[in-house]
Amino acid sequence: MNETKSNNGPLVQVERVGKVFHRGSEDIHVLTDLNLRVPAGEFLALMGPSGSGKTTLLNLIGGLDRPTNGAVIVAGEHLDPLSDHALAAWRARHIGFVFQLYNLMPVLTAERNVELPLLLTHLSRAERRKHVETALAVVGLSHRAKHYPRTLSGGEQQRVGIARGIVTDPTLLLCDEPTGDLDRKAGDEILNLLQSLNREHGKTIIMVTHDPHASVRAARTLHLDKGQLSNGEVK
Amino acid sequence: MKFAHLIWCNLRRKKLRTSLTLLSIIVAFLLFGLLSAIQEALVGGVALAGADRLIVREKVSIINLLPVSYEARIDRIPGVDFSTHQTWFGGIYQDPKNFFMQNPVEPEKFLKMHPEIILPADEEKAWLATRTGAIVGRRTAERFGWKIGDKVPIRSTIWTLPDGSQTWTFDIVGIYDGKDKGTDTTPMFFRYDYFDEARQQWGKGKVGWYTIRIKDPSQAAEVARRVDAEFENSPAETKTEPEGAFIQGWASQLGNIVFIVAAILSAVFFTILLVTGNTMAQAVRERTGELGVLKAIGFTNVQVVVLVLAESCLLTVLGGVMGLGLARAITPAVAHQLAGLLPLFFLPARALFIGLGLSLALGLVTGVFPALQAMRLRVADALRRM
Repeated sequence: MNETKSNNGPLVQVERVGKVFHRGSEDIHVLTDLNLRVPAGEFLALMGPSGSGKTTLLNLIGGLDRPTNGAVIVAGEHLDPLSDHALAAWRARHIGFVFQLYNLMPVLTAERNVELPLLLTHLSRAERRKHVETALAVVGLSHRAKHYPRTLSGGEQQRVGIARGIVTDPTLLLCDEPTGDLDRKAGDEILNLLQSLNREHGKTIIMVTHDPHASVRAARTLHLDKGQLSNGEVK
Repeated sequence: MKFAHLIWCNLRRKKLRTSLTLLSIIVAFLLFGLLSAIQEALVGGVALAGADRLIVREKVSIINLLPVSYEARIDRIPGVDFSTHQTWFGGIYQDPKNFFMQNPVEPEKFLKMHPEIILPADEEKAWLATRTGAIVGRRTAERFGWKIGDKVPIRSTIWTLPDGSQTWTFDIVGIYDGKDKGTDTTPMFFRYDYFDEARQQWGKGKVGWYTIRIKDPSQAAEVARRVDAEFENSPAETKTEPEGAFIQGWASQLGNIVFIVAAILSAVFFTILLVTGNTMAQAVRERTGELGVLKAIGFTNVQVVVLVLAESCLLTVLGGVMGLGLARAITPAVAHQLAGLLPLFFLPARALFIGLGLSLALGLVTGVFPALQAMRLRVADALRRM
């Protein structure tokens, strides 16, 4: 796996990217000739109506999908030429994901869920435990480490999800509707946490949301509609 | 090993389903173990049969007797080292279900012919000195609590004493052990001279079959031909064959044992394949989203495949070990019950290793399709199903 290529340019570069989904005989153009630059340390919100391509764009940046055309460059790495195997290894090192529905393993405790990304590293058991404890402490859930997801509230589960996303100290944190399944109070706690990670720990965060209340927490908000960005980079 | 916890937890996800699948695997391997023991009991002796021993019996049927005078003629045939004889006594000790073999033999030649029978020298000496003396195998002695010095009455279904009685009394003068685990230590052997003198006229001077020790095992077929040629066109023609083939012939009377056992086990394992395969397929289908998450956080396709296969193999190997362990545990008790019918009932080590190998193969076969399914999952599509 290539090491992060240091440069003074943006952390994330999306250049003339298009994404087409083929559904039977129909072609669905989700993204069209899209450009985006995200500097390191930014907290960016991507807003847009349902079906606008927000999650698709997030997936492309996170290496979960490949563009139909164009290029995605993250931390100096062109993602498209990477094989599936290399892309998986790249994700493990550089990307932390936070999902709308938390996506925790129900059969694992909170600490074991947080540990999952570390299983892909060469850290010893003791070192992994230390990282997990740190991550849980950051999200304020040290006292719930041994609990299973089913005994945690929605907000607590999402905090475990965030802990899992940051435990490897990734280059970029991608959040897909992180407050979408939470009430206002729990959602605010999550947004506070994300802001803290950005301001105090310098984490670069791209958050997809349809909630204006969440987007104001970000430093910059871009709108995605019919596969194109507005209030953002000019194509 | 760091993935072991994840694999174990996934296996315990649906406890009832996993337990039932595990139970079916345990039963399958328990059956495998017991059938292996049955097969060993019926045809295992073939492997232990002496390569340098031939059996000579009456050509039409072993029920027909051969003259004792044949012994000297057999001994003169080129390639023969020496020969000795046995006869079927068909005795019952107390109850027909207590069956074990009892045969009259020539003691010295018998022990020389069967070095796998271990008899202490002093007991051999006592046997030679006691006309009514008998030696018995350790298994039968322990089964009935016999000791040296006991007098045991055996009722023959074939042979009658001069007073009309069919109950023969023998003095236990020795208890023998087997050199190998597979040596049968259930039969009792007593002296032919006592037997021939005491029995009624019918059958006097006749024996059941001969055992020949040949000088060169590679000449077995030729020596057998010579023996049968010697007695061709006589009132009691012979059929001579290697000891292994003779034993195989007995088992064949029950049918093709190996085929029957293989057929039963094939049916059982095919069923288990379907059950376990279904369990694994369901398990992977239910976890599509979670597999997507694993891939999202960086698990490669190979790692996902290994996780699924490891889970499948853990289930089947666990069931295999428990089933084989149970078979091994209950075999002695079953052997005790079947002592008369199948004296050599035990689970050979070979069958345990084969069973373990089968359990691993079962895990791989049942896990491969779900594993490939997991491998082919597109992350973005899988996450949508969460």
